[in-house]
Amino acid sequence: MDFHLTNEQQMLRKMYREFAENEVKPLAEEIDEEERFPMETVEKMAKLGMMGIYFPKEYGGAGGDVLSYAMCVEELAKVCGTTAVIVSAHTSLCCAPIFENGTEEQKRKYLPDLLSGRKIGAFGLTEPNAGTDASGQQTTAVLEGDHYVLNGSKCFITNGNVADTFVVFAMTDKSKGNHGISAFIVEKSFPGFSTGKHEKKMGIRGSSTCDLIFEDCIVPKENLLGKEGKGFKIAMQTLDGGRIGIAAQALGLGEGAVNEAVKYTQERVQFGRRLSQFQNTQFQLADMHTRMQAAQYLVYAAAMKKQNHEDYSMDASMAKLFAAEAASDVTRRAVQLFGGYGYTREYPVERMMRDAKITEIYEGTSEVQRMVISSRLGVK
Amino acid sequence: MKIIVSIKQVPDTSGKVAVNPDGTLNRASMQTITNPDDMNALEAALKIKDATDCKVIVVTMGPPPAAGMLREALAMGADEAVLVSAREFGGSDTYATSQVLAAAISTIGIEDDDIVLCGRQAIDGDTAQVGPQIAEKLNLPQITYAADITVEGKNVTVKRMLEDGYMTIKTQTPCLVTCIKELNQPRYMSVSGVFEAYSKPLATYNYETLKDHPLIDATTIGLKGSPTNIFKSFTPPQKGAGMMLEGDGKETCEKLVGILTAKHII
Repeated sequence: MDFHLTNEQQMLRKMYREFAENEVKPLAEEIDEEERFPMETVEKMAKLGMMGIYFPKEYGGAGGDVLSYAMCVEELAKVCGTTAVIVSAHTSLCCAPIFENGTEEQKRKYLPDLLSGRKIGAFGLTEPNAGTDASGQQTTAVLEGDHYVLNGSKCFITNGNVADTFVVFAMTDKSKGNHGISAFIVEKSFPGFSTGKHEKKMGIRGSSTCDLIFEDCIVPKENLLGKEGKGFKIAMQTLDGGRIGIAAQALGLGEGAVNEAVKYTQERVQFGRRLSQFQNTQFQLADMHTRMQAAQYLVYAAAMKKQNHEDYSMDASMAKLFAAEAASDVTRRAVQLFGGYGYTREYPVERMMRDAKITEIYEGTSEVQRMVISSRLGVK
Repeated sequence: MKIIVSIKQVPDTSGKVAVNPDGTLNRASMQTITNPDDMNALEAALKIKDATDCKVIVVTMGPPPAAGMLREALAMGADEAVLVSAREFGGSDTYATSQVLAAAISTIGIEDDDIVLCGRQAIDGDTAQVGPQIAEKLNLPQITYAADITVEGKNVTVKRMLEDGYMTIKTQTPCLVTCIKELNQPRYMSVSGVFEAYSKPLATYNYETLKDHPLIDATTIGLKGSPTNIFKSFTPPQKGAGMMLEGDGKETCEKLVGILTAKHII
């Protein structure tokens, strides 16, 4: 068992960290306050290959590995939860399913623009009546000659208002239940496709979250992703990978909060001493750091397993479950250590706490992760 | 055409400067970075490469860990790297260093249309001597403090930024230019660049490689041969905030005189 990062991974971490500090951190507060999508950051990340990290150069990717991608999301999340999820949703939920399930034509058509970051990707599974119960799909797709006609809507779609390419799920055969769901690659420009208004959220406020609306939306037959009826399986496999990204986001948020709290408690003086000199502060920070370090091992292990084409589904679930709950706990404790100042928007910890909460919910709630893990354990 | 960029790995003096009990710099305890002005030189080379598809070779004189810095330069887009490293070169001052670097650059080879780029000065030594000394030893025209560089074929036009204004000078390749921070904003390593870095060539020149080069005088390299030796490095005591005396007129002057007299300054 080798816990060392490769030379390349160490160099990348250095680059991610410098980029996050210099390009992302200065905008984090503003994009949260203004609920503004940081397109200028996406353009910079695209130039550096950060929008297609672990995909082969053959399709326009950067030729890296899954762990390098997870580390990128982690380092971005340390300073900005919004920027981290932009990369994660684009990479794991759109680029990945096309790469893993697409025909050669589909890959050559869509991946170069996505992996280079010229176009942004998104994933449309969730509906008003199909959240955790993803099989309750009501969006329909009817084959008519050389195209499908999609009708329905999706909600809470990350990158929804900025993406050009969407991996969307719809019911092609209601009678077959889960086996009647199919996946499609939908372009923003397809007739009958539109997006809804920006969702106002507790956290990751700069992330674009909105509805996708399909009104007799025409999707060419060749845009069916995988086979008809295989959509649910594709969705679940995609979410397995996505969990690594979100776990990395949660990991970064928690670590960022610990960093901020360590700095602050060494400056703040009460009762004639620095907060860091009180044992409570020391013990709190020890606990917080230990939790995030444990989360890091889980996240990295899941990434390595995916990279090695091993079965990583349970590992990804455990990583996301643990990292998300740790992040929520650690960011809350960070606010507490900052006291009154931590509650103000002058300091970043309240934003980190608001950002962390969603990691317990999206891409499979913590309850869903527990279902996956217990099921894999054989506990019925 | 190729561009040879001379870069140096230096302690990060923007953080804490650690000093040994004997007054010398505790380099081992400090983070290392690529000298900032050298990053500007490298970025200038890479910009010219973007426009002309020329080759960029980075060279450094330093201990083995400096190879890590060279790999970062390769990840930024440089094509080849040369590490000049030997015990015999250790402890060199600028005279000795520039001798070794000139020999190394000459060994790499300078064609008629090549350019050598250096940073203006390193943040640890702060002498700004090595670039000009290399130029002298290699008989290259040198232009220093470049705030802008334009290359058109064999013509190199440099806008120098001086304390009191600018000076634009045109020369022809081969030549040497030293770069300042106002020249450009260095790029980050790219993800694909990082994954290519370890497959690009990195050659090591040691004492054996260079000892017979005509530019090398064994008596003037290394700590023993250096005309300058560092006697002591120390952090100067921090200046206090000073004292502000408010108000104008005779009263304030009298107060000042009183204070200076009490301190036996007047």
